Amino acid sequence: MEIRELQRADVVIVFAGDSGDGMQLSGTQFAHASALHGNDIATLPNYPAEIRAPQGTLAGVSSFQLRFGSFEVLTPGDECDVLVALNAAALRTHLPLLKRGGILIVNEAGFDRRSLRLAGYSEELNPLTDGSLSDYQLIRLNLSQLVGAALADTGLSVREKERMKNMFVLGLLAWLFDRPLEHLEQLVQTKFHTRNPELAAANLRLLRAGYHFGETSELFTVRYEVPRAPLPPGLYRSISGNEALLLGFVTAAHKAGLKLFYAGYPITPASEVLHLASTLLAYDVYPLQAEDEIAALCAAIGAAFGGHLAVTATSGPGFSLMSEALGLAVMLELPVVVCDIQRAGPSTGMPTKPEQADLLQALYGRHGEAPLPVIAAATPAECFTAAYEAARIALQYMTPVVLLSDAFLANGSDLWRIPDLEELPPILPPWAGDEHRSNGQFLPYQRDERGVRPWAVPGVPGFEHRIGGLEKEHLTGNVSYDPQNHEHMVRLRAAKIARIAEALPPQTVTVGEPEGELAVVGWGSTYGTLVSAVQECRRKGMAVSHIHLRYLNPLPPNLGELLRNFRSILVPELNSGHLTRLLRAEYLLDARPYSKIQGRPLTVTEVIHAIEQVLRHG
Amino acid sequence: MGELSVQKRTAKDYASDQEVRWCPGCGDYAILKQVQTVLAELEIPPEQIVFISGIGCSSRFPYYMNTYGLHGIHGRAPAIATGLKLVRPELHVWIITGDGDGLSIGGNHLIHLLRRNLDVKILLFNNEVYGLTKGQISPTSRPGQRTPSTPWGSFETPFNPVAVAFGAGATFVARTLDRDLAHLRSVLLRAAQHRGAAFVEIYQNCPVFNDGAFAIYTEKETKPENALFVEHGQPLLFGAARQKCLVLEGTTPRVISLTDGLPQNVWVHDQTDRTKAALLVQLLGSPDSGLPRPFGVLYADPRHPTYEERLLHLRQQYAQQHPDLLTLLRGRTWWEHR
Repeated sequence: MEIRELQRADVVIVFAGDSGDGMQLSGTQFAHASALHGNDIATLPNYPAEIRAPQGTLAGVSSFQLRFGSFEVLTPGDECDVLVALNAAALRTHLPLLKRGGILIVNEAGFDRRSLRLAGYSEELNPLTDGSLSDYQLIRLNLSQLVGAALADTGLSVREKERMKNMFVLGLLAWLFDRPLEHLEQLVQTKFHTRNPELAAANLRLLRAGYHFGETSELFTVRYEVPRAPLPPGLYRSISGNEALLLGFVTAAHKAGLKLFYAGYPITPASEVLHLASTLLAYDVYPLQAEDEIAALCAAIGAAFGGHLAVTATSGPGFSLMSEALGLAVMLELPVVVCDIQRAGPSTGMPTKPEQADLLQALYGRHGEAPLPVIAAATPAECFTAAYEAARIALQYMTPVVLLSDAFLANGSDLWRIPDLEELPPILPPWAGDEHRSNGQFLPYQRDERGVRPWAVPGVPGFEHRIGGLEKEHLTGNVSYDPQNHEHMVRLRAAKIARIAEALPPQTVTVGEPEGELAVVGWGSTYGTLVSAVQECRRKGMAVSHIHLRYLNPLPPNLGELLRNFRSILVPELNSGHLTRLLRAEYLLDARPYSKIQGRPLTVTEVIHAIEQVLRHG
Repeated sequence: MGELSVQKRTAKDYASDQEVRWCPGCGDYAILKQVQTVLAELEIPPEQIVFISGIGCSSRFPYYMNTYGLHGIHGRAPAIATGLKLVRPELHVWIITGDGDGLSIGGNHLIHLLRRNLDVKILLFNNEVYGLTKGQISPTSRPGQRTPSTPWGSFETPFNPVAVAFGAGATFVARTLDRDLAHLRSVLLRAAQHRGAAFVEIYQNCPVFNDGAFAIYTEKETKPENALFVEHGQPLLFGAARQKCLVLEGTTPRVISLTDGLPQNVWVHDQTDRTKAALLVQLLGSPDSGLPRPFGVLYADPRHPTYEERLLHLRQQYAQQHPDLLTLLRGRTWWEHR
């Protein structure tokens, strides 16, 4: 049989199976291999909050969506070209994502009577045989048999073999999309070899078996090739948002000549940052698993007093616990960065699902007059830049900074061009010196022309001073209840934050003209979806532009002017309209929200529809 | 060789220029003075010292010290101190807290700091009442205590701070009083010299909201019969003429009146004996029971490694690697696109 080779610009694959089926690993490995192959990638992991949800149930389905392409891939895609469903529950939950005519790879063993019942299918009507899947290219695999045959002469148990079936599928997909096996082989080696050479060998064998099965089984008549993406020259790797975040802080500490203190309390989806920090002792990182989030931020404040770059990351519930200590950091004017990896709330909400509903808390969720800078990352790779920028602003302006990420960015992966350290802006903390002393006394709240106070670190004679949460006298920092002084200090602290805007890059338009019918304004992880949707609408001839905010406080100084160049403003957000409120309050503009609060990212189709609605009805 | 003309530091060198603003007659004044005296005696340079506090009357303490200081938020001083001490292990860090700050809102941070055995000194000023908020019960208030929040008399069971600290794994546990300056100074001195987390409960009289709470341990008529001052290696003796001693019958402390020398089974204080210390910190005594309340260093074991030492040991294993940042940024798999 002849196999045709077709070129495609991009492909979306969804790996879906039971929580224990290794879907996250398969997806990550394939994403990694695609990036190594030269494609741009975007990924969307989706897994239950329970570590071991009941086997075979709808609640226990874990999936990983990967899109790789020969152009700049901005989103994991609204629908998929290939769905791998290892059991009936995975099929039921993910079939709606599969395009008509798409490739559906199923594991027959996952469709026995019990699995069908657990997935809510009738035990008598198996979707694999009842004709309901005739719109798709159905590939039925008996994975247990295929895996068993490939590993027949090993001493591995049936259970162990069963757990490796995902490797066979990976091999098959590598053949189908013409990926050289070497990248996957290399990844499997790194993953397993040091721990268990026998397991590594078995996994490699399955990978190859799957690849050869594709070649010889005549299941497919077409093979696809996704050419490399045109990228600027440089060093590349794939990276998740949480990894990029921590690397941004390590790099910032390095550039500032400081050591990094990282405190965290376990919480989904921020824990990986703590895990990674704990592996970096050789890079002078000081990690601490604190007793709670209150302690994590308070310890960070202590470390900042001690002269380190101090960082903590958490999610909604932990961020709420940190509110009081954030107020203290505002009052003390010490540099700390708090990362809120947002998830669906309120309360415990949906811990593994993304949402953007902490924006107003980040901006305003403190008692008293307590403004602070708020920065948001737009893509997983951009978490690096956002972290670097948050650290830079915290250290140069002596202020706590809140960095907003979310579950989508934290777990998603991107292709990342590793920056040249020289190209990053310098970080210059305002160290205390003799110019801050008067009559032998150090003046901890004497400000420079930007309104920034000096940083004096314990251990240096002549600079002994006391700081605290009580209102302090201008210059000396001594406790003061003077009414005029309090208002003066409140205004000084606010002015310092407001003036950060003066040194920010002007807000630009991501897609389209700086004027027109409609501006789609977003922030955070909706970036890729908004760009794709606006690009699509412009292809259809609509006068729409996209503006994406990285700085939410202070806002870029030219933003109001820029927004006034548009007839309408649409603000798509994964919340009930937080940025919409902010823009209305700041600029008296008729910004209108487009809200989605489902613990899922926006889709391109949804945004296009919303844009069309606004343009049609004005 | 020139003469070294370094002047010996005095308590005054550790006092800031700020006016001390506790109520007249407050026990805090005496503690402040003794801390300054001890620091001068040990000649610790002021720039190497950091006082960290939470919220409450006692927590104003750092403002009155001419050292580095951080007046934090309610209950969180141990957490702030943990971050500071982790990155700056060479500093002398003192935590000033109270019965409400340390045992109510900040209880969690206190026990974890003790569990980690951070090398810091914790002075818990216990006045068995909330002072700054005008007199409500604290976690150490006694049953029956009438306050604005317990007009009918409290029915809660109080914490015994030294037992809490000991149970949390403190490697130095002591109890002393604001009215016994010599004892206060000697305990503070020993706490300062301890390597590890040193927990000192200081009975501190609040003349406004709980005056005389500790009178039976401070007034000369009642003190001898009710307060037992322990010394390492010495038998547990008390009474006006030191005519009584404690013995252990099994695990039960009993009072024996001395008639003819010390009994064979007299309880000799061994501050490093964890089993006996467990009994000693639990012993509260009362005039009714005839049992005294122990004061002094109840438990001290310097052999336990501190958090900082363990961290340093761990870091030394990585110190030789000297990896460059680019290696980290590149990760395990990377490639160059030309």
